[in-house]
Amino acid sequence: MSTLLHIDTISKRFRGLVAVDRVSCEVAQGEIFAVIGPNGAGKTTLFNMIAGALSPNEGAITFAGERIDALRPDEVCRRGIARTFQIVRPFPALTVEENVLVGALLRNSDVARATATAQDVLRRLDLFDKRTQVAKSLTLPDRKRLEVARALATSPRLLLLDEVMAGLRPTETDRMVAILRELNAAGLTILLIEHVMRAVMALANRVLVLHHGAPIALGKPADVTRDPAVVESYLGAEAL
Amino acid sequence: MIARLTANVSARSWALIAALLVALLAAPHFANDYLLTILILILYLAYTGQAWNIMMGFAGQLSLGHAIYVGLGAYTAAALYVHFGIGPWIGLLVAIPVAMACGAIIGFLAFRFGVAGVYFAILTIAFAEFARIGFDHISYTGGSGGFFLPVAQYTQNDLWNLRGRPIMFYYVILALTIAAFLFCHALLRSRIGYFWFAIREDEQAARALGIDTFRYKMAAVMISAGMTAVAGVFFAFYYNNLFPEQVFHISRSIELILAPIIGGIGTLFGPAIGAFVLTSLSETMTELLHAFGFDFPGAKQVFYGVCLLIVVVALPDGIWPWVKRRLRLERRA
Repeated sequence: MSTLLHIDTISKRFRGLVAVDRVSCEVAQGEIFAVIGPNGAGKTTLFNMIAGALSPNEGAITFAGERIDALRPDEVCRRGIARTFQIVRPFPALTVEENVLVGALLRNSDVARATATAQDVLRRLDLFDKRTQVAKSLTLPDRKRLEVARALATSPRLLLLDEVMAGLRPTETDRMVAILRELNAAGLTILLIEHVMRAVMALANRVLVLHHGAPIALGKPADVTRDPAVVESYLGAEAL
Repeated sequence: MIARLTANVSARSWALIAALLVALLAAPHFANDYLLTILILILYLAYTGQAWNIMMGFAGQLSLGHAIYVGLGAYTAAALYVHFGIGPWIGLLVAIPVAMACGAIIGFLAFRFGVAGVYFAILTIAFAEFARIGFDHISYTGGSGGFFLPVAQYTQNDLWNLRGRPIMFYYVILALTIAAFLFCHALLRSRIGYFWFAIREDEQAARALGIDTFRYKMAAVMISAGMTAVAGVFFAFYYNNLFPEQVFHISRSIELILAPIIGGIGTLFGPAIGAFVLTSLSETMTELLHAFGFDFPGAKQVFYGVCLLIVVVALPDGIWPWVKRRLRLERRA
């Protein structure tokens, strides 16, 4: 499998605090790659560096063979990386369809054709029936799916998901897992940050574990969760 | 294009639009000169409100200094007419780029250096004040003593030079207002309109979707500035006198934004309905207070303010969204 995203020893410091400490990893075309770790492990900082919201102090991020670590968020998105936000940020006064249409218009300036793309994405995310509602009237699970739908409408090659399962009930988590599996089966590469282990175990091909900004394990989910260092720092000693 | 612009408009809406259009076209033939000047004022505020709405209502950028674009348009066209005999329509070709350049400077300074929200609003006020004081000292355009266009008693209307009677000005501003409405309507149904809404709602989320927010905010400021300058040219030829203290004054900027706020920010009909309600309210107030003998100074302003307060409290989204619900003109799902 070819490498789509290559993260090469990147670090990010906020004054004295090292939020991300020399992290390296490669995400292959077509895989689902998860980043886990306790609160404050640097997951979201890593995520924001990939998405262009922050730039690393050291290291390089290469996407599809091009350096992207000095680009703005909108440029990163145009290269083919779409993201969601941990705390969902829909366009509240716009309808569900208009929210997704904004994403679809990136690749297609014709409103009628972009609307067709948006509706297609809405069907895949089970939001088609709610397309005329304004986004602020949606429930949290629907908003989470809207967040994914909007990112997906930009036709990304890599989808970055920041805790899309957080706050979902188990049945809703399963529904989201099924949707993401389907998208992945259609060829989409996914990088996700997740706390909900049920989802990570069900989805990820490989898992990177961060602790205090540094990588402590990388491998298949089943292997990683047996790693003593991971159990100690993240899953909790009682899991032994 | 036409099909796209007319999509989703119900038969009921068409009927109302047609009736409104007929009423507006016929109005001067039933109005006396006093009423005609009121109608011109309403349309003028509807037009400028529409232009301001592009920045605030569509792209979410609050400008409190739009008088600068009116003033630049007015002074540019007036100077070309007085000094070189160049008529207003050619003058527009200079006035619009001048205002757009000014908008580009303000926009660049703000958006490049992250001046946003109320600080952006203050920057727009600062530029307008700067222009007000600056024009006081430009003797080429009369300085603080005012700049005057030649006036005569016109027997016939000269549309090319905009010299004539109020009825001509009525139809000119009516045409401009309709054109501005159609232009904004087209903007809202195109990519730029959706990108503006996204920026207005959540700029960071908009950037995450690949929108170059700097570029689209610049576009909003420049389009709004250029449109407002057209109103400035009209202003110069309609009133025939320009004083920096009046044209660039902050009260002019405020007057200009009241109609879209009262009518409904970000809506297409808001500026027009707001202008109609505000102007007729103000004029009726004058008449009523006079009739009841409340002629002490400031009485009108107090009543006017109370009325505005009631509208804002009762209809925080503006008058138009309420009227739309009442007339059952909501777009069908």
